Amino acid sequence: MTVPARSTPQSASDATTLSDLARMPDARGHFGPYGGRFVSETLSFALEDLETTYAELRDDPAFQAEFDRDLAQYVGRPSPLYHAERWSQALGGAQIWLKREDLNHTGAHKVNNTIGQALLARKTGKPRVIAETGAGQHGVATATVAARLGLECDVYMGATDVERQKLNVYRMRLLGARVIPVTSGTQTLKDAMNEALRDWVTNVDNTFYIIGTVAGPHPYPLLVRDFNAVVGREARRQSLEHIGQLPDALVACVGGGSNALGLFYPFVEDAGVAMYGVEAGGDGVDTGRHAAPLSSGAPRGVLHGNRTYLMSDEAGQVADTHSISAGLDYPGVGPEHALWKDAGRVNYVAANDDAVLEAFRELTHMEGIMPALESAHALAHARVLAPTMRPDQHIVVNLSGRGDKDIMTVARLDGIEF
Amino acid sequence: MNRIDQRFGELKQQGRRALIPFITAGDPAPDYTVGFMHALVEAGADVIELGVPFSDPMADGPVIQQACERALKAGTRLVDLFDMVAEFRRTDSVTPVVLMGYLNPVERIGYRAFAEQAAQAGVDGVLSVDMPPEEADELAPLLKQNNVAAIFLVAPTTSRERAETICASGDGYLYYVSLKGVTGSATLNADDVAEHLAPLRELTDLPLCVGFGIRDGATAANVARVADGVIVGSALVNRIADNTATPEAIPGELKQVLGDMRRAMDAPR
Ligand SMILES: Cc1ncc(COP(=O)(O)O)c(C=O)c1O
Repeated sequence: MTVPARSTPQSASDATTLSDLARMPDARGHFGPYGGRFVSETLSFALEDLETTYAELRDDPAFQAEFDRDLAQYVGRPSPLYHAERWSQALGGAQIWLKREDLNHTGAHKVNNTIGQALLARKTGKPRVIAETGAGQHGVATATVAARLGLECDVYMGATDVERQKLNVYRMRLLGARVIPVTSGTQTLKDAMNEALRDWVTNVDNTFYIIGTVAGPHPYPLLVRDFNAVVGREARRQSLEHIGQLPDALVACVGGGSNALGLFYPFVEDAGVAMYGVEAGGDGVDTGRHAAPLSSGAPRGVLHGNRTYLMSDEAGQVADTHSISAGLDYPGVGPEHALWKDAGRVNYVAANDDAVLEAFRELTHMEGIMPALESAHALAHARVLAPTMRPDQHIVVNLSGRGDKDIMTVARLDGIEF
Repeated sequence: MNRIDQRFGELKQQGRRALIPFITAGDPAPDYTVGFMHALVEAGADVIELGVPFSDPMADGPVIQQACERALKAGTRLVDLFDMVAEFRRTDSVTPVVLMGYLNPVERIGYRAFAEQAAQAGVDGVLSVDMPPEEADELAPLLKQNNVAAIFLVAPTTSRERAETICASGDGYLYYVSLKGVTGSATLNADDVAEHLAPLRELTDLPLCVGFGIRDGATAANVARVADGVIVGSALVNRIADNTATPEAIPGELKQVLGDMRRAMDAPR
């Protein structure tokens, strides 16, 4: 082991119970050996500030009521839990239920988090927000709440992603945001995050950084999880209502891991509920061209403010990643997932680009629902998992977003240019 | 005694300020770095900060980002820096060398191995930009055991409470980041810096060195009036960038930039 753990066990399974997992992070933002606050000193005060602000608001009924009201009236929550009957039947195994985050305002789960962080931004009185985005969904969700609250908004996006997610780029501009293409490094999500951090360190006095996933320095992994946990709370209640029991398994795609944690977290202590986190297998985990740090056995590392599993070479340089979906094209993963992997609470698997496209097409044809390519990773695994289970068993899949933004990508693969 | 403490002790006796150049190791290729280090010493360097190239230098502006890219393209690894420092030590046993970079390469080698290899090579201090004292409780003791200083940053945004922690944790010197921003940003304001250094003086006897925004003799001299040391990075790295096609010209260029600063700092007022 290269990095000695703190007082926490190396492998969380030694000593970590499910209720221990539910109580993470600790006061310093650590999830066992993961997480933390690995940032340059200039940002420390802003993070301490945010931590204090959030600690007060987290248990403030008025804040929670305002958050809930926005989710109901602006986002359109609760999102339905839909029984994909025809698809389940065709797969010939467990019943598949789709948690319809695609039906949210702006088209993905990302808005749950931006609503919450926008409320925090307003509380801190900062007039400007920034964000990083991969697929553009988080950027759109940030631009949307910024428009609503009258905040200035700059979104950093890798130049490669600007190209493959043109529709979302234009959406952000229509919403009044500035989209800044990032041409350094691999020109994808991680580079967008580097650039957003550089902006924040420069403009920290007047700028609130709205991070789009359960990564970054403490307290971001905590608050992004909390804001997305509405997905799992609803799914739990809806399962009891529609199925009459908890589901046997949960499936969600994992980029940074916010939609997965949002669904999983409220079920963490339900030992009978199996969980599958599906990473981007790209061309295949054994080809090296993927974005699957957990399922490929990547080493531990530190990037963007936290310790986690991180794809990097022998010398500690962060590896290039590949995925058909811009939103999963990231070499790290939220620190809470790293701990849950060690604890054995979640099975982390990968779905390759080919299987993802097949799942995308199948759901579109059989259910009339066009998923985001990110979400199609979860579907691709559900497609493998369902036939191994009985028809009286139930799988809840997080349909984290809708596929409108990906139509151009799929069309291009079909040889069609608009 | 650590070479850093030794050096600052001598400077104090002489009533002089430290001049601390930063270059990215391996830029434009690993073979040149040791020669550049000697050139910096000839031009008046008191301490050398050697940048460890990293794929994602989040606290750096374009100049040092591109230096990292050049160094990585030339195949520079953290273990190569140990070789460079060891080679430098064959002819210079007194000038302190500080490795400055990001934590991930160190995590990959492993903290204990890193601390031991660094000490063995002749490294005197380590500054990891993304490792504040709160996250240093494993690495800092290992460095101390090996007589390598753990150097920390203080920023304009650092609270008094945090400053106390940092002063208590740090060794070698304190690196005061003169402005909110990345390396290579706008010129600093010396009055502003003086105002921030004063309360730090009450908290610590560590030398206070100032970096970010020092680009020429004039800014160096201004800062030297209020600080114990002046750190200059992008202004030097720019000269490397401009001369990658003729690397043999780089030592001369570095000496010119640094020499100007040395003379400006040492000029009687
Ligand atoms: C629809 C959708 N799902 C999933 C993700 C991946 O993010 P996370 O793993 O944080 O849920 C994205 C990111 O852009 C997305 O747009």
